[in-house]
Amino acid sequence: MLFEFVFYMFAVIVIVSAMGVVFSKKMMYSAFSLLFTFFGMAGLYVLLSADFVAITQIMVYVGGILVLIVFGVMLTSKITGVDIKTGTIGKIQLTVGAITSVIVAIILLITYLNVDWVTSQFQIEVSTTTHYIGFGLFTEYLLPFFVAAVLLLIAFIGAAKIARRK
Amino acid sequence: MEIGLTHYLVVSALLFTLGVFGVVSRKNSILVLMGLELILNSANLNFIAFSKFKGLNIEGHIATLFVIVLAAAEVAVALAIILNIYQNYHHIDVDEINNLKE
Repeated sequence: MLFEFVFYMFAVIVIVSAMGVVFSKKMMYSAFSLLFTFFGMAGLYVLLSADFVAITQIMVYVGGILVLIVFGVMLTSKITGVDIKTGTIGKIQLTVGAITSVIVAIILLITYLNVDWVTSQFQIEVSTTTHYIGFGLFTEYLLPFFVAAVLLLIAFIGAAKIARRK
Repeated sequence: MEIGLTHYLVVSALLFTLGVFGVVSRKNSILVLMGLELILNSANLNFIAFSKFKGLNIEGHIATLFVIVLAAAEVAVALAIILNIYQNYHHIDVDEINNLKE
């Protein structure tokens, strides 16, 4: 009973704040709604017994990506106010976008609800997943792990080079 | 009603849809980036949910970690490009940016 309540609470937080991101008129409100979406996602990860991923989500998304986005909003904030386009072209764009996303939603929901997913009743009882993730990263996924590390280094050096004022 | 795999999949589908709508309808490029983050998060939720309901298969968690790493790199580079565009154009409207150089 409690589990269901907590799940629905986090699901409502995620969906409502994602709607806040997409529909709010001010960029700063979108950025702060994104904060609640990320925290709600971390809660859902905890419910799915993915503790390490939940902590990583909070540290990387909230501590890194969201701070970057808020800096981006503040450094480019000459335009404020109405952001969704007005006028005929804007209305057509908005309508086509809405229709496209509703179609995507219907297709996804039909697929997800009708396919008989192969799930296993067998559950490994673990207290924490960190040990298994570390083991996987340094055995089977060693090459992708180092490629990701080098990619992150190159991306951040490149970002610093691009963003520097001439 | 017990919370099963489909509950998480429905949440992820709604999140994906909102992300797609944000990418398509917004004209401010930072808001387009936020829509992309929503899409990546919905993919992550799918990975974790399938991992849990296949008997806590740890490979889904590892895939999610790689997605998070790539999202961090993507946001850093994209915001650097957006700052450069802002210096050249004095706006970041994705509809009006159509030149690579002046």
